[in-house]
Amino acid sequence: MTGTETAQLLTIRGLTKAYPGVIANSDVSFSVAPGEVHALLGENGAGKSTLVKAIYGLVRPDAGEMRMRGEVYAPSEPRAARAAGVAMVFQHFSLFEALNVAENVALGMETPPRQRELSAKIRAVSEAYGLPLDPSRLVGDLSAGERQRVEIIRCLLQDPKLLIMDEPTSVLTPQEVEILFATLRQLSAEGTAILYISHKLEEIRSLCDSATILRRGKVVATCTPREVSARDLAEMMVGTALTPPARAPRTDWAGAPALEVTGLSVASPMPFGTSLKNVGFAVARGEVLGIAGVAGNGQDELLLALSGELKSAPGMVRAAGVDLGDKGPNDRRRAGFVVAPEERLGHAAAPGMSLVENALLSGAIRMGLVRRGFIDWAATRAFAEGVVRDYDVRTPGTHVAARALSGGNLQKFVIGRELSQEPAVIVINQPTWGVDASAAAAIRQVILDRAAAGAAVVVISQDLDELMEIADRFAALNEGRLSVPRPVQGLTMEEIGLMMGGAHGMHVPEIGAAHLLHAEAADAEA
Amino acid sequence: MMGSIDPILLIASLMVASTPILLAAIGELVTEKAGVLNLGVEGMMIVGAIAGFAMAVETGSPLMGFLGAALAGAALSLIFAFLTQVLLSNQVATGLALTLFGIGFSALIGQGYTGVRPPPTPKMDFGPLSDIPVIGPMLLRHDPMVYVSILIIAAVWAFLKFTRAGLVLRAVGESHDAAHALGYKVVRLRVLAIAFGGACAGLGGAYLSLVRVPQWTEGMTAGAGWIALAIVVFASWRPWRVLAGAYLFGGVTVLQLNLQAAGVAIPVQYLSMAPYLITILVLVLISADRRRAAQNAPASLGRVFHASS
Repeated sequence: MTGTETAQLLTIRGLTKAYPGVIANSDVSFSVAPGEVHALLGENGAGKSTLVKAIYGLVRPDAGEMRMRGEVYAPSEPRAARAAGVAMVFQHFSLFEALNVAENVALGMETPPRQRELSAKIRAVSEAYGLPLDPSRLVGDLSAGERQRVEIIRCLLQDPKLLIMDEPTSVLTPQEVEILFATLRQLSAEGTAILYISHKLEEIRSLCDSATILRRGKVVATCTPREVSARDLAEMMVGTALTPPARAPRTDWAGAPALEVTGLSVASPMPFGTSLKNVGFAVARGEVLGIAGVAGNGQDELLLALSGELKSAPGMVRAAGVDLGDKGPNDRRRAGFVVAPEERLGHAAAPGMSLVENALLSGAIRMGLVRRGFIDWAATRAFAEGVVRDYDVRTPGTHVAARALSGGNLQKFVIGRELSQEPAVIVINQPTWGVDASAAAAIRQVILDRAAAGAAVVVISQDLDELMEIADRFAALNEGRLSVPRPVQGLTMEEIGLMMGGAHGMHVPEIGAAHLLHAEAADAEA
Repeated sequence: MMGSIDPILLIASLMVASTPILLAAIGELVTEKAGVLNLGVEGMMIVGAIAGFAMAVETGSPLMGFLGAALAGAALSLIFAFLTQVLLSNQVATGLALTLFGIGFSALIGQGYTGVRPPPTPKMDFGPLSDIPVIGPMLLRHDPMVYVSILIIAAVWAFLKFTRAGLVLRAVGESHDAAHALGYKVVRLRVLAIAFGGACAGLGGAYLSLVRVPQWTEGMTAGAGWIALAIVVFASWRPWRVLAGAYLFGGVTVLQLNLQAAGVAIPVQYLSMAPYLITILVLVLISADRRRAAQNAPASLGRVFHASS
């Protein structure tokens, strides 16, 4: 036993961690060898993040042990983990927007060199790995892909033995994913073990040597991803068979496009936001337009401009021929718009208010829930209860606060509340973000059903698979500009990647980049 | 009529008039850069004023007075730190409570000290330098605290810009979650920043009661703490701009007092409101570029940090 254990870089045995009310990890065991790319696969809430936080010293496990190269490893804080050679690229970036790249990198290092030397080092290593970065730029001005580069460079400068990557590709274009994988393969060839967390099956199949699959905090299977199909992986992950959404035959609706956007340009109201530049598209009744794009390329601004929260000039937004360009949210609701923003708590729903009150906030106009300034509570309650029933929202009742619902249930409630209002135009940003697979499938199905009933649908999403599944036409946002929408049928991944802006100035790493890094590390030690 | 105002004396007295606000503002700047909004500046100032006054009167040493004031300000701010950082109370409400508490508490302690004269604070002696015409009487004949306050500004600027600890402090104020994820001690660092802010506010208060006035009267800070808070925001959290803002406020205050004394035909009420109006107007114009101002604002300011997972 000890023989195999010392051959492994990291061995985890019986790790358990419970939070009040939830067991995040229950008796989890697996091991990672040097140079191995090991996948941790599971749905949201399966316990992946808690597990890697334990490895990185952010969470203290209740039971179980970890061994690093055969020796007991129990990091009490991230500093100890970094000293042991563990580095982590976070899912929600651990970056500081108002600080520059070099300062951000310095914050992740134990003993950073002086700013000037560090900047030179960042430049050298980032060029060698095909991830160019300007050390003096503010992180707030960088794209999501560039921000991830900052995190990766920060890890690489510490010469890690184990690199943990938590959902690294959710913010990248397909081309950027290819380059990231080339970098990771190169690191793995040099002997760095990589713990790769994802729920994207094809990525895991192409990159990883082995996989541990978690469901509800328990290890349910281990496998070699190349030897099983993506469908098998999905079923191991979810525990049940999944059915793709069914699509009703398209009806051709006559008349003007239900939604027409021409020359839409608005400045972003957010400090590090992206302004929209001359965005134009039209959506017919019964049609689903999918809008892709790496996070931070104008998705939030587009949603605000369509909902009316961000007013544009007259003529920029028309619904069924009626000009709504300079109209606010209430006028647009009257014209048949419903909108579901990405941020569920705080934007789509008021966290501290009950489901009934939240139903009223968006449904008051279209459902006639207010008469002469007085709220019709009976009708509002009936409306909220209808949404809960029809959209399978799991909640003890409509009196509970929105924040008490799980992410998936609240998303079902928000989507259901909007889609129940007999909409003519539906705008949804990230319909299934952070929602488990079966709930996601249900949400996609109701969107398609609404389109079949004659609504024009705009779905903004960073999940390309989702857009391919439900959209009729596809466009991508890149730095606030929208590509020309194209029919989904016949579109290749490469074309999609180019529409999203290609590789944003990255290139495939050179052979021998590693030598540079190790030479630098040796210099630093000397 | 304007001829009766001597520019040399004006500048000399504006430095004295500005020092209390300057000290309080630079402390609050550090606290806010760490992401904590402490609205208790006024309360910490006035407790510093009476604590410094009492200490100086009892020991006969102004230096001991300033030390005592700094300690008293820091001690009061630690109550705030305990409530907001450990018990996770709301920062705005707690800060307001701290101000009200400080005003009442200082009045209680100060009962025996009304009408007492504090030991005088000696002026700095720069030898022959103080006799240089114009510059000497204008800049080089002040008490030590004036120079200490400028040194604190320079030190805070260098600390935030050049040191690693300063970088970590800015990082904590920018995103406490990210800083926590990287393993920095968010709460510990914030408590230290709050204590520094309290000590500076205490010094500012003591400067009022020991040098500027110098005597103890109830409620003698008269809103100086609130001006300090406003200056931090309008100076977009930059140390040298805090100095400029405080001196501007002090300058207009001294000028309008001189104008009142000179009997200018402007109603006194307008002159009295002038410092507030002009300071806020100028600083609003400076920070008019909202994008840049937003970049400098600590993004986590006033948000409660709870290390959940």
